[in-house]
Amino acid sequence: MANNEPGFSTLAVHAGAQPDPTTGARATPIYQTTSFVFEDADHAASLFGLKAFGNIYTRIMNPTQAVLEERVAALEGGTAALATASGHGAQLIIFHTIMRPGDNFIAANKLYGGSINQFGQAFQSFDWQVRWADPANIEEIESQIDDRTRAVFIESLANPGGTFVDIAAIAEVAHKHGLPLIVDNTMASPYLVRPIEHGADIVVHSLTKFIGGHGNSMGGIIVDGGTFDWSNSGNYPMLSEPRPEYGGMVLHETFGNFAFAIACRVLGLRDLGPAIAPFNAFLLLTGAETLPLRMQRHCDNALEAARWLNAHDKVAWVSYSGLEEDDNHALMQQYSPKGAGAVFTFGLAGGYEAGVKFVESLEIFSHLANIGDTKSLVIHPASTTHRQLSPEQQTAAGAGPDVVRLSIGIEDIADIIGDLEQALAKV
Amino acid sequence: MDHDHYKDAYIAQILHSVDTIALVGASPKDIRPSNIVVKYLVAKGYRVFPINPGHAGREIHGRTIYASLADVPEPIDMVEIFRGSNYMPAIVEEVLALKNRPQVVWAQLTVRHDEAARMAEAEGLKVVMNRCPKIEFGRLSGEIGWNGINSGVISARKPVRGPGLQTLTIRPTG
Repeated sequence: MANNEPGFSTLAVHAGAQPDPTTGARATPIYQTTSFVFEDADHAASLFGLKAFGNIYTRIMNPTQAVLEERVAALEGGTAALATASGHGAQLIIFHTIMRPGDNFIAANKLYGGSINQFGQAFQSFDWQVRWADPANIEEIESQIDDRTRAVFIESLANPGGTFVDIAAIAEVAHKHGLPLIVDNTMASPYLVRPIEHGADIVVHSLTKFIGGHGNSMGGIIVDGGTFDWSNSGNYPMLSEPRPEYGGMVLHETFGNFAFAIACRVLGLRDLGPAIAPFNAFLLLTGAETLPLRMQRHCDNALEAARWLNAHDKVAWVSYSGLEEDDNHALMQQYSPKGAGAVFTFGLAGGYEAGVKFVESLEIFSHLANIGDTKSLVIHPASTTHRQLSPEQQTAAGAGPDVVRLSIGIEDIADIIGDLEQALAKV
Repeated sequence: MDHDHYKDAYIAQILHSVDTIALVGASPKDIRPSNIVVKYLVAKGYRVFPINPGHAGREIHGRTIYASLADVPEPIDMVEIFRGSNYMPAIVEEVLALKNRPQVVWAQLTVRHDEAARMAEAEGLKVVMNRCPKIEFGRLSGEIGWNGINSGVISARKPVRGPGLQTLTIRPTG
């Protein structure tokens, strides 16, 4: 099979997962162990010194987790990956690897509310400064870059607004200033968009969403695109300078185009600690196998639901880039021709009160704070995920007071629309 | 020979067929990539001859360092070049001047010199450039996946265990 690049669906089932070499078990075993025995003292020294491939301790790596990492790296077209306890854990490790106190990064102002909090509030304690910019405005991004800027961060498909971003244009401006582009690809998943092919250097996911897909396990992942030169500027000393923890080893020199993933593991995960549980890695891996099937169904159902809502007289507006009349439709066709994702927002003509009544009247849609489940989900962002933001930030993030967000599941579309219809009748 | 892409079977056949490897540019410092590659190849059972004129007579991982390829006391199957690309032609000339011709010239990741490669190939030697034998062994055996690195290999066949804990080896070719 080697050398004929396998298709996406084949990678989704096979990448990283050979049969177990000892037992022949075909499913990836759940290696529910904290630690791994060494052959001898020299073997232990090699593993601790990053001189041999292998396992030491599940806070740093685990064989079940490793299969998940290779799987997602393959799906994204990256060189390597590091799975973490959550998407937030993944983001913490990425920025810990590239930022020093006083450094800053540019981030899209249309982001998952949890990321806006993490960047805007929690990162303040480390003196990592975020500078917000409209991702549709390249000049707004570029004008905020200075000599302490270390990265540009965007979502490929912004949550909750459901708008695609011009990844290649932003990558170009980031690279012009010697900066890596980090792309959160959670909402699109690699089935729809592979950001590395458009110039991203690092991809991050909440695996909790579409890759896991079943709403049963937390997890995050960092994918190394293998594309960025970490030694060129001297601005990324974790990668380009000798590391005292490893006897003076220079990670970029030693690990080349997967050095970022290694640095995240051996300097980030090892010391900050957000390791993924092996059982969660197993469940997320099982979910990943059906990503292509589920994601297409999510997209097909979402398009039908959006069209139906758009024609309803109690609906003021629908923001879904899959709709031909949507402002974002051209960018969606360029970046994500297979579909526009599962998540979109709409506003009810009756405003906030109608939105609350609508959410409370649904029977099949679950009212909760997640996306990317097999089940259809609904939330009112202004009172939940984006509650901690100011009204101005809420509106900028596409989460104003009248906004209802749907994550369309893989149920029968007739039942999804039937539920929307009966709830709208009660508004 | 296309040196932008190698078939996995080509690399696997080389790593199977060779036994003695001379590594030109081996550093005695244990955090240098060349030193780590020596350690890994020794652990995989290859008989490695580190070459470094500045440190001849010393040892790396139990293997004596020689000043030049010509000083190695037994036939060399493969020469690995851990020097800048500009040194590759002179090293290939040294290889071709050896009484017992090696079968393979392998240039480390980032090392590539197409004219030097043609010189070796014209004499019937196999050439690999811009690759690391440790990464290739780890990739083709499956070990590299333990650290989350994308091997680019998918297979429903059981991996082949190596000697000892946490070791795999490359499946025989052919």
